[in-house]
Amino acid sequence: MSEAASEQPLLQVRGVQTYYGKICALRGVDVDVPRGKIVTLIGANGAGKSTLMMTICGSPKPREGRVIYNGEDITGLPTHEIMSRDIAQSPEGRRIFPRMTVLENLQMGAMASKQDTFDGDLRRIFDLFPRLKERQAQRGGTLSGGEQQMLAIGRALMSRPKLLLLDEPSLGLAPLIVKQIFNVIQELNRTDGLTVFLVEQNAFHALRLAHHAYVMVNGAITMQGTGKELLAREEVRAAYLEGGRH
Amino acid sequence: MEYFLQQLINGLTLGSIYGLIAIGYTMVYGIIGMINFAHGDIFMVGSFIAMMMIVALGLTASAGLAFLLLALVLVLIVAMVFASVWGWTVERLAYRPLRGSFRLAPLITAIGMSIVLQNFVQVTQGARVKPLPPIVTGGFTLVTGVNGHNAVQISTMQIVIIVTTFLLMTGFSLLISKTRLGRSQRACEQDSKMAALLGVNVDRTISLTFVMGAALAAVAGLMFLLYYGVIDFYIGFLAGVKAFTAAVLGGIGSLPGAMLGGLLIGLIETFWSGYFSVEYKDVAAFSILVIVLIFMPSGLLGRPEVEKV
Ligand SMILES: Nc1ncnc2c1ncn2[C@@H]1O[C@H](COP(=O)(O)OP(=O)(O)O)[C@@H](O)[C@H]1O
Ligand SMILES: [Mg+2]
Repeated sequence: MSEAASEQPLLQVRGVQTYYGKICALRGVDVDVPRGKIVTLIGANGAGKSTLMMTICGSPKPREGRVIYNGEDITGLPTHEIMSRDIAQSPEGRRIFPRMTVLENLQMGAMASKQDTFDGDLRRIFDLFPRLKERQAQRGGTLSGGEQQMLAIGRALMSRPKLLLLDEPSLGLAPLIVKQIFNVIQELNRTDGLTVFLVEQNAFHALRLAHHAYVMVNGAITMQGTGKELLAREEVRAAYLEGGRH
Repeated sequence: MEYFLQQLINGLTLGSIYGLIAIGYTMVYGIIGMINFAHGDIFMVGSFIAMMMIVALGLTASAGLAFLLLALVLVLIVAMVFASVWGWTVERLAYRPLRGSFRLAPLITAIGMSIVLQNFVQVTQGARVKPLPPIVTGGFTLVTGVNGHNAVQISTMQIVIIVTTFLLMTGFSLLISKTRLGRSQRACEQDSKMAALLGVNVDRTISLTFVMGAALAAVAGLMFLLYYGVIDFYIGFLAGVKAFTAAVLGGIGSLPGAMLGGLLIGLIETFWSGYFSVEYKDVAAFSILVIVLIFMPSGLLGRPEVEKV
């Protein structure tokens, strides 16, 4: 990696336009995720947040624009190749393999990991989420929502990513569990320097956590600033925080 | 009782062959949600390649045991390689380009490839049945009957078929449940988009699934050839329909289901022929399929559709 590359953001999204057939879901999105930071993207349901997450991972592919990871243009690459570059995603809806055990789900997470560090990584995940250890022989489909979210994050961490993409980890979870999950994310960022790109509809916690934040409306970025700045803005509070504060 | 035992041995032998072919149907269905309609012909290709190799090597029953064993393993490997290449080709030409198009499209291309292959074999090998003198001979008498009646015998070939099938199925189950590749296959089956997000090469995994099914069908092809001693270009269709029935009976998508279904279809056919009439053995097998599906729509070991996440 060159000197310049280590100073540029870990992830750069440049002018990305993504379509589903004729429907335009992203209309030229620019996002920077600097190394070691937590960047949050908030927006209403249907704004295009998940589409951006998936476009970064190469499925669907953008019609225009580029995705640059660690100085490398990854726009045209197949998903499995993008994911073997220290990027991991815990997608919307968690997508736990329902008929695999918790342990097997975590083994799947280690698929893209280059070295054989499985035992140590597993221990670390179990330290972060002790519930998963208790349930390791249980099928993924039988876990509670909160446990599934822990598993989804744990699975993503098994590949030792540098960049973690998190799509609505708080969706449908009890406040206490949301808090627990956000604490883990913050801790990973602080102690391991993990770079996090976090998508949330439920904005209060996500903005408090964020070093930098974006607001997306109808497939375009309409506002950005530090988490604190956005939290203080009236239009953000009105649109995204009502009922979101636990 | 002796008659029953004899039919049981014969049924298990036939059922083993069906079961091995059925695995290919069920695995491909599991991973892409579609039936590989060219799978029966992969079995046929395996059988023909084996026949050509055996003729080329000049193998006969009089060959020494060590040579015979070595030669048959060689024949098996070559048959598996050819069948695998054909299985891979079917996926690349008939299925992959049409992924995401309407559901019947790949079915039509697969049937097309199946017809092409059948005709190719018919033209190059002739339409008549090809006989092969017995190579694996001998056997054991388990029960000596009275004046040659009620004897129970098991031939060496039957032992080979049942043991090979048992070993392959055990090995295969372990592969699917314990290895990295098996886990990837199950992951693609349950949520291929998520599998890709974890770094799994989904296309390659699907290709490998076709190849694995084809390799097992080639084993079945060689054993069928050695057991019955006659093959023609049409055996793939007949065995394919039976094995497909077996996969549906056991619960399409389920590996143990395919094995169980294969054994059951083999047993039903054999017992029906043995106790009632040979003419209606297929009717019996299909009737049982219909009855099972009425009461258990997803087959004996299949997963009910409600578990979609
Ligand atoms: N697979 C798809 N096919 C067609 N349209 C889609 C698909 N996924 C999402 N969309 C549409 O794209 C827009 C953005 O969706 P999405 O990215 O899921 O938004 P968000 O994650 O912000 O709720 C929505 O209008 C949605 O209906
Ligand atoms: Mg979303």
